[in-house]
Amino acid sequence: MLDWLYSVWPGLESSVTLLSLEPPGWGGNLLRGAANSLIIALGAFAVGCFIGTLGALGKLGGGPVTRDLLAVYTTVVRAVPELILILLLYYAGTDLLNQFLQLLGQRPIEISGLAAGIGVLGIVQGAYATEVLRGAIQSVPRGQLEAARAYGMGPVQTFRRVTFPAMLPLALPGLSNLWLIATKDTALLAIVGFSELTLETRQAAGSTRAYFTFFLAAGALYLLMTLLSGRLFGWLETRFRRGQAGARA
Amino acid sequence: MRRDRLQPHRVGLIAVALGVMVWAGLTMRWDWIPRYAELGAQGLWRTLWLLALSLLIGFSMALPLGLAQAAGPFWLAAPARWFCTLIRGTPLLLQIWLIYYGLGSLFPQYPWIRQSELWPYLRQAWPYALLALSLSYAGYEGEVMRGAFKSVPHGQLEAARAYGLSRFAVFRRIWLPQALARALPTLGGETVLQLKATPLVATITVIDIYAVASRVRQDTFVIYEPLLLLALIYLIIAGLIALGFRWLERRFTRGLA
Repeated sequence: MLDWLYSVWPGLESSVTLLSLEPPGWGGNLLRGAANSLIIALGAFAVGCFIGTLGALGKLGGGPVTRDLLAVYTTVVRAVPELILILLLYYAGTDLLNQFLQLLGQRPIEISGLAAGIGVLGIVQGAYATEVLRGAIQSVPRGQLEAARAYGMGPVQTFRRVTFPAMLPLALPGLSNLWLIATKDTALLAIVGFSELTLETRQAAGSTRAYFTFFLAAGALYLLMTLLSGRLFGWLETRFRRGQAGARA
Repeated sequence: MRRDRLQPHRVGLIAVALGVMVWAGLTMRWDWIPRYAELGAQGLWRTLWLLALSLLIGFSMALPLGLAQAAGPFWLAAPARWFCTLIRGTPLLLQIWLIYYGLGSLFPQYPWIRQSELWPYLRQAWPYALLALSLSYAGYEGEVMRGAFKSVPHGQLEAARAYGLSRFAVFRRIWLPQALARALPTLGGETVLQLKATPLVATITVIDIYAVASRVRQDTFVIYEPLLLLALIYLIIAGLIALGFRWLERRFTRGLA
């Protein structure tokens, strides 16, 4: 079967050898890169959701100064290319941290690419997540919040038991979009030299000159990630939308 | 309206921002600017026309892609949907590198391409950058236009047909204007995203404004200043795009329910 395929498609055999998992092939490197990408994306998404929740609550309930500062944060981050933010935050972050350590009398440290990547992409994600969550929280009917207050729930309990579950189905489409952006933005870390999927692919392609094989294989890996997570978010949405009459975004 | 914006705390915030800017202007190194001004202007120009051309080409591809998905027969809708999924499911950087290194290594193998009139262009990097950016915009906007075409009430199209308008006239005078008006807010956001995607072309040796700033950093070892100036430039362009789309929205959503 395989021999027959190789005879009708001459390039296939060399592609399969190039992509095999053991050292003459580069498949293992690609998968390691994909795992790195996935870890960064997960970390950045988590940091982004955390910043986004705080940002949304600050924009809705904070004082005038907090609101203006948050507006500056979301506007700037959403208007300046991620690539520049990554470079700025990477250098500035390392610098500031080391100056701080110097003040404490510690030795300067080298920030790992992984931590820097998660931090920087998390700050970028946070700006978008702030807007998504703010919109979702705003569209929870006021009557429900007033009812919660009337039952004697405090603000934390109201958020945990009423606002959060009611806004989740409204926020999920936006968050799912953000997750897809997170997986794709990890590719930008290739430019600062972090060995995630895109950089591994380029190295493999560059040293074997088999550009199409490797870039298409990496594309397939990214597509697999996005399609699977699309399924997962679809499932989450139907699950959390159960029993919510008005929740149709 | 104007008085609302100048609340006391805003005056304070603006004063702080101005203070930071003056401090940055006085203490940071800006002496490299005159030397790189001309190169910077060329880079800015290249960024702008790459953006404009890719928007134009991408959007003219997005219209048929959206229409095929919204109303086309299966054999048109399925490939269009696949194209949009492929583009939206993979990073743009990967697409740019696939097109530049992949096609770029494929073309020289064919003598008839090397002898063709197009070869002087195909040896440069920008056609590949333009192609990648256009395809990407087409993929994202194809999806936006699908939703926009679908959101126009079907009764209006039927009414127009009943008035005796030809199918093309219905499309041109009823369907397309309303779909565009509905898509405009999303398109504005997507256009800013496209602007933010342009610096990726610097990775395939196109000297845009981002590449100029990188060169300043390499030549002079000044790290922050070029990046900050670059961020300011992108902020201004993004602001202009947002203003332009707000004007378009005001103009084209008149009389829309």
